[in-house]
Amino acid sequence: MSLEGAIAAHRFGLGARPGEIDAASGNPKGWLAGQLDGAVPQPTSTALQSGGALAAQASATLKSVRAAPDPAKQVAIAKGYHEIFMAEMEARFALGFTTARPFAERLVWFWSNHFTVSGVNGATLSFIGAYEREAIRPHVLGRFEDLVLATARHPAMLIYLNNAKSIGPDSAAGLRTQRGLNENYGRELMELHTLGVDGGYTQADVIALAKLLTGWAIDPQGQNGGFRFYPYRHEPGDIVLLGKTYPPTEEGGIQAIRDLANHPKTATHIARKFAGHFISENPSAASVEKLAAVFRRTGGDLKALSLAAVADPAAWEPANTRIRQPVEYVTAMARALDWSPGTPQPGTPEAKPLRRIMQSCRVMGEFPFSAPSPKGFEDTSAAWSGPDAILTRIELAHAVAQNAPATADPVRLADSALGQLLRADTRLAIQRAASGKQGLALAFASPEFQRR
Amino acid sequence: MFDRRRLLGASLAATALSASGIRIAFASPVTDKRLVVAILRGAVDGLTAVPPIGDPDYAKIRGSLAIAQTAALPLDTTFGLHPAFAQLHEMWVAKQLVVFHAIASPYRERSHFDGQAALETGGAKPDGFRDGWLNRALPGAGLADNGRALAVAETAPLILLGKSRAATWMPEILPSADEDFLERVRALYAHDPILGRSLSQALKTEASARAAMDDPSTAPSAAPVAGAMTENTGMAMNGQRPAAGLASLTALASGAGKLLAAPDGPRVAVLDFSGWDTHVAEGTTDGTLARRIAALDAALGALKTALGPTWKDTAVIVATEFGRTVAPNGSGGTDHGTGTVAFLLGGSVAGGQVRATWGGLKPAELYQARDLQPHADIRSLFKAGLTDHLTVPRKDLEKTVFPDSSASPPMQGLFVA
Repeated sequence: MSLEGAIAAHRFGLGARPGEIDAASGNPKGWLAGQLDGAVPQPTSTALQSGGALAAQASATLKSVRAAPDPAKQVAIAKGYHEIFMAEMEARFALGFTTARPFAERLVWFWSNHFTVSGVNGATLSFIGAYEREAIRPHVLGRFEDLVLATARHPAMLIYLNNAKSIGPDSAAGLRTQRGLNENYGRELMELHTLGVDGGYTQADVIALAKLLTGWAIDPQGQNGGFRFYPYRHEPGDIVLLGKTYPPTEEGGIQAIRDLANHPKTATHIARKFAGHFISENPSAASVEKLAAVFRRTGGDLKALSLAAVADPAAWEPANTRIRQPVEYVTAMARALDWSPGTPQPGTPEAKPLRRIMQSCRVMGEFPFSAPSPKGFEDTSAAWSGPDAILTRIELAHAVAQNAPATADPVRLADSALGQLLRADTRLAIQRAASGKQGLALAFASPEFQRR
Repeated sequence: MFDRRRLLGASLAATALSASGIRIAFASPVTDKRLVVAILRGAVDGLTAVPPIGDPDYAKIRGSLAIAQTAALPLDTTFGLHPAFAQLHEMWVAKQLVVFHAIASPYRERSHFDGQAALETGGAKPDGFRDGWLNRALPGAGLADNGRALAVAETAPLILLGKSRAATWMPEILPSADEDFLERVRALYAHDPILGRSLSQALKTEASARAAMDDPSTAPSAAPVAGAMTENTGMAMNGQRPAAGLASLTALASGAGKLLAAPDGPRVAVLDFSGWDTHVAEGTTDGTLARRIAALDAALGALKTALGPTWKDTAVIVATEFGRTVAPNGSGGTDHGTGTVAFLLGGSVAGGQVRATWGGLKPAELYQARDLQPHADIRSLFKAGLTDHLTVPRKDLEKTVFPDSSASPPMQGLFVA
């Protein structure tokens, strides 16, 4: 087992399953590159529904609730949405625990956080799983502009950042209903998703982009993935965004998004964030510029970007390690234990351990698609290592070890999970533990296991 | 399994923690004053929280979002308080609340995240400092010892990052790990720059939390906290919120109050309340924002109750990153704006006054013809709290805490002598 094999499994992967570091050790970069061949795996479960079907359902439900308001029924509907979300998340966790292509999965998680949608809004909640499956996964190895467009048109994003409610003030619908623009999505699309906050746009550009995207909303029949362009809601007249004039059509909005996605500022913004996640918490200017150059040269080819991060020697520096985020931490424990929860029916006893471990992520302050703001979860060690957070993680390590199979040999498990990353003093502490379970808990609580 | 926290009160305090160089008892006596900063993340609509009902242009420009003059709780001839601020209004009557309007940080763009960075670092620009102004103020208040400042969070927010390590606290949910195990983990973390210090601090806070909350019937329970996690998820707001989520802010504020009330506990605390980004269906006396205001009001009331007699030594500053557009947007909400409100409450406060230079709501008076024009720098309020309440020397304020704020001196007359 080589040190690089262990770094590959942790820094670019999700923590090693038994045998994984061995498999990665011969040619760690090749092992990672091989994971990017072919379509990105999808979670599997009988419960998964398409965004289009959910849009049709939600629209029909809304209609019936409006026709005959019934609080009890509304509670039942909200519960149903929550169950859809939780079933999606179960399948997502299970995939993370078992996937043989953990690098691809990490890319999915990275981009889902970049294009955050959050489930506090009951209406968004049911679409979230479909959002990741339909808008994120198919594009994380494709082109950035297609990824941005897919998120822009998905019902989850249309609802979450309110674009579905944004109406051209001078459009037919605007004049008739006195409704108008909502700037929320236009601003975050530039600030968070593409150019970055220092991207050189003004308040006038925020309004221009919001106008360009008026009429982008939900299709109540669920056609076209649940997306529909409504010309009569679109602001009439040519619109100037960042000095370029766009026509007042659906195509105008699409072109604006493609231009933003390929803007040089976007290349730098994305490169910095990507390098910060995969290479080093504080990447050097050279590391960032290398990625930005690849982004610009390839027109935002995200597979090329991912491989460029792997090719950067700084990504293989043992010192460039950082604290795992809670979902990563839980996933690494499950992988070390070779735990495969399968795809249990929600609500059955078999589903309980998985739900419990998912719940522990909430306790640690992170649950997929529940970020406190459209910026997504913080991507820094400091954000996840406050005193209470660390104590909670130690308690979780302890609790997981208590529930682990009695057969788990902690020293062997630590060796296979951490390889050469396992420190001598940690190994000794595990050997000297009062019990096998305590040894296992020490392995999970150890400084090297808390990091990637 | 025995209870670690009970044990901590006794033997561990003397052994494990002193071995780590951190004592339960702090080195020297400190101020009796308490300062709490509550950050409302997401940008509060000041024109709904504190409606200028006496302004002749208010009802017209706010349209469907205007609060009726008769609905607002009375403050003065220009301003009322949102009706969901029932407990804050009681404090107003008791002269324990100061209301600020048309106030803002120096930040003039409209990004939540940069706006919060400016509010928390105290700089004129969001990236001027890497640490928080409240942390930089601690030495001048004699509170530089680790753990004198408390964040009610798993991890300290930017406002408390810096040289002094803040304690962080959230109610327990997972079962406690046993003492022997923790001791072994501590040994593994001994030389770890991040984990070692975090663990020591956590154990110390737990010991004081245990002491402060020995009455289990009043301790924040685990159930609302699960709600707190959902509650803290902020944004997109057109959904109904579960009641448990709203209750949880109260539990967190109450827990913070108990920790602050302890004679040897923290003197400074930061509370985070998110979910103010009302882009859609904001509502007026009822609706999304009204529910949020009611939850904040209940939490601040619970903080006061938990502080007990210590309330007389307490000042609470309530601040947000910026305001919202004066006119409603196209979907019954408001978009990001500039000037907004802030509050100062507590037993040490010279309450019953509204501090506002009010330019009015005519288009020509607005910032960029859309936002409430700010006429006060919120750092003037922060500086008053630091110097007149926590007795931080003025030279510290000008040199280290808010070095680029000389044009914004501390506001006068906010505290009872």
